[in-house]
Amino acid sequence: MATLFGSGIKRREDPRLITGKATYVDDVKLPGLTYAVFARSPYAHARITRVDVSAARGAPGVIAVYTGQDVKDKLNPVPCAWNVPGCDLKVPAHPLLAWEKVRYAGDAVAMIVAETRAQARDALDLVDVDYEPLGATADPEKATQPGAAQLHADVPGNIAFTWVVNGGDAAAAFDTAEVAVSERIVQQRLLPTAMEPRAAVAQYNSGSGQLTLWATSQNPHIHRFLCSVMLQLPEHRIRVIAPEVGGGFGSKIPAYPDEALVSFASMQLGVPVKWTEDRSENYKVTIHGRDHIEYVEMCGTKDGRITGLRTKVYAGLGAYASTAAPGIPTILHGLVYSGSYMIPNIHGTIHGVYTNGTPVDAYRGAGRPEAAYLIERLVDIYARKIGMDPIEVRRKNFIPKDQFPYTVATGLIYDSGNYEGALDKALGILDLKAFRAEQARARKDGRYLGLGLVSYIEICGLGPSQVAGAVGFGGGLYDSAIVRVYPTGVVRVYIGASPHGQGEETTFAQIVAQEFGYPVESVEIIHGDTDNTPQGWGTYGSRTTAVCGSAVKNAALKVKEKAKLLAAHLLEVSEADLEWKDDAFRVKGSPDKAKGMAELALMANVAWNMPPGMEPGMEATAFFDPTNFVYPFGTHICTVDVDVHTGQVKILRYIAVDDCGPPINPMIVDGQIHGGVIQGIGEGLQEIAVYDDEAQLVTGTMMDYAVPKASQMPFIEVAHTITPSPVNPLGVKGCGEAGTIASAACLVNAVCDALAPFGITHIDKPLTPARVWAAIQKAKGAQA
Amino acid sequence: MERPVTLTINGKSHTVQVEPRALLAHVLRDTLNLTGTHVGCDTSQCGACTVLIDGQAVKSCTVLAVQAAGSAITTIEGLAKGDTLHPLQMAFWEKHGLQCGFCTPGMILTAMDFLAHHPDPTDDEIRQAIEGNLCRCTGYQNIVAAIKAAAATLRAGHAGAAA
Repeated sequence: MATLFGSGIKRREDPRLITGKATYVDDVKLPGLTYAVFARSPYAHARITRVDVSAARGAPGVIAVYTGQDVKDKLNPVPCAWNVPGCDLKVPAHPLLAWEKVRYAGDAVAMIVAETRAQARDALDLVDVDYEPLGATADPEKATQPGAAQLHADVPGNIAFTWVVNGGDAAAAFDTAEVAVSERIVQQRLLPTAMEPRAAVAQYNSGSGQLTLWATSQNPHIHRFLCSVMLQLPEHRIRVIAPEVGGGFGSKIPAYPDEALVSFASMQLGVPVKWTEDRSENYKVTIHGRDHIEYVEMCGTKDGRITGLRTKVYAGLGAYASTAAPGIPTILHGLVYSGSYMIPNIHGTIHGVYTNGTPVDAYRGAGRPEAAYLIERLVDIYARKIGMDPIEVRRKNFIPKDQFPYTVATGLIYDSGNYEGALDKALGILDLKAFRAEQARARKDGRYLGLGLVSYIEICGLGPSQVAGAVGFGGGLYDSAIVRVYPTGVVRVYIGASPHGQGEETTFAQIVAQEFGYPVESVEIIHGDTDNTPQGWGTYGSRTTAVCGSAVKNAALKVKEKAKLLAAHLLEVSEADLEWKDDAFRVKGSPDKAKGMAELALMANVAWNMPPGMEPGMEATAFFDPTNFVYPFGTHICTVDVDVHTGQVKILRYIAVDDCGPPINPMIVDGQIHGGVIQGIGEGLQEIAVYDDEAQLVTGTMMDYAVPKASQMPFIEVAHTITPSPVNPLGVKGCGEAGTIASAACLVNAVCDALAPFGITHIDKPLTPARVWAAIQKAKGAQA
Repeated sequence: MERPVTLTINGKSHTVQVEPRALLAHVLRDTLNLTGTHVGCDTSQCGACTVLIDGQAVKSCTVLAVQAAGSAITTIEGLAKGDTLHPLQMAFWEKHGLQCGFCTPGMILTAMDFLAHHPDPTDDEIRQAIEGNLCRCTGYQNIVAAIKAAAATLRAGHAGAAA
């Protein structure tokens, strides 16, 4: 039969999605459903002096109004779950509803519950709050300076932590270096913008004491735990369901006040309560990404050997420490400073800083794109300084393919790689010589073409639980699967991870169907409901296939092992006489004497004739905890045409060569790359969350925040190399974040290459026409 | 105060009580349970709520339900004929033109109106046509491929019908 593993079959989740029959959280309707809205602070930083909700309480249809005073002694603050050790991390309380002070524009001060959505919104206008405005800043560097407004009484200088990564002796390397380059790099705030805004529906049954929470979640088991903490309700009394989830990109990982508050309201009122974010609210209160101000340096020899990398980073956390926030600019950023290269001396100082902005947490790539960006920018700047082709600098410093597993200066052990292979493949697609010739010709005509190249690595497949514990992550990072074969032979697989667009209902079915010799239609993947799935740690960090997929494979193998024993018993042969061929266990030499999985499942489920001591049933549970992270890699190339009169950047070609190990479904892998690349190009070209001097979000709607449109984005040429990972039974790495990690740096490298004749080495992203044009004018002024 | 309004949706007439301020998107979802129409923004940028009104792709969050009285409205639920998917639905499935699926209904309905007037579009024309529909997952590449494939299927269907 056809090999399912590696086949680009159509997705099994699509029929419901293309016919409008899928159920997202806001589609959930329950008898007696009520609606919640939140009154939010218009000020970025202010003392609350009076809250009057009496008019709102009397408004038509209003059932209840809760203020911070009403809930502060009944509910715990929003927990931060990544307690990074050794950095003096300070996590001040994040109240579910502010009652003393608001610390960012959007901080909630009251919740209204009404019979209809419209009545709840109408009553919002009647909430009367007096604020005493305080100074505010959303700039993570300025927030540390003397005179800056203090957000939290117990966090002097707004510095939440200072974390240091140190490998080798960077100070000595820089002191003795032949060449050193430096840059101040701003990695702007971004708005994750999952197309489905967040939503929650809570239903508490006071008879059973059970709370059911439908939530837009990437990790329902984590949300169950975090809600248990906030609500002071035992974990086993909470069922979290993530039904269809319309994208996440990290923004649906954290705990937020909203879902706990609607749960609280349902428990208090005895009715189901729904809250659905609108987009403006989403941009105000759902986590943001990136927000680094970085001072970065690289040193090396005149002939292109990199000897050191050093950084000082101000990482904005926003007003409170969100669920995973402290781990993003530290563990997931600083530890990755070696990139694809042998850099013997690395030192980074990361200041996590509270500001009056929306909390910042994991956004696609989470820390790793910021690392890849600064490394890959520095390589180009360094190459320019020594007059060497940046491609040759990369080649010279790559970790060679025969050196894996390789321990980098920061202590990570890279699992496998062939960086030069990916580079060569990408260059082959481009035709470098032809491009350089065209570039030279164009420059004579006053046209500025540029080539950007990035050779990235990613740390993903998060990860060994022991490492999670050692770095302060408040949970495990294994994952789980139950493979259950029904009497009729069909299979359901219950998984701990919680996909929301990544297609694992298809890829995981491919894994099991391949093992069982089944058509893929006979296997169904169940996810997203904590009441019927085993403990899992969610879908993020490009971990689902590498970790949960491995659990699926191992559970399927366990079932198959039992099936083999049963087959031997029924065929009255020894186990050693059996082999798996095509779709059945067959007696060696007599292939017609065979038992397929469906028949064995029936026999196991009825248990009429079991081998002595064997339990009935045909199912197995597997928990998979990897021994290491996986390290996907690749080379991306972008060519651009920069109009120096307008600053407009036109992308000519975008080539992505990624290595994520053997693809289970190449069509789905390519789709992940496409989406990731475009998100990174959006970051490179046009996306930026802008705060004004009073920390008001200026780009607070889709009219102002430039989510990439189809007409603005290029066609992406996708190719792969395949280097299996040794750390999981599938050999897979991860592909969800790869595109985003590479593409922003690739684009900026291309534009800086185009503008090399002007002496331009760096422009901060996003490269809007205004920024590019201003950089050209400034450079012309300097040259004149 | 609520008032009655009669809407013809996917060929069926519905009379519902709505507030004059109610948006068509909300009436479709909340009153008529047609939850395939999604709401992804509040400024008419994202296009997730796109439906056809008298054959024209319209963001249903920009229309009051009372304005749509007497019009023929097509939502994503009305595209397939029984178990037979519309060529656009089939092409989105075959070309992997969706991931999380949230933008997909609006994307398909925008494409339906577009293909009715541009049966043989170029990639660039498709990209221009869907620029009022945002997708954060796919990078648009497979959406463009899907719409192009659907165009070919629809052309072949018409040629077949003419023969």
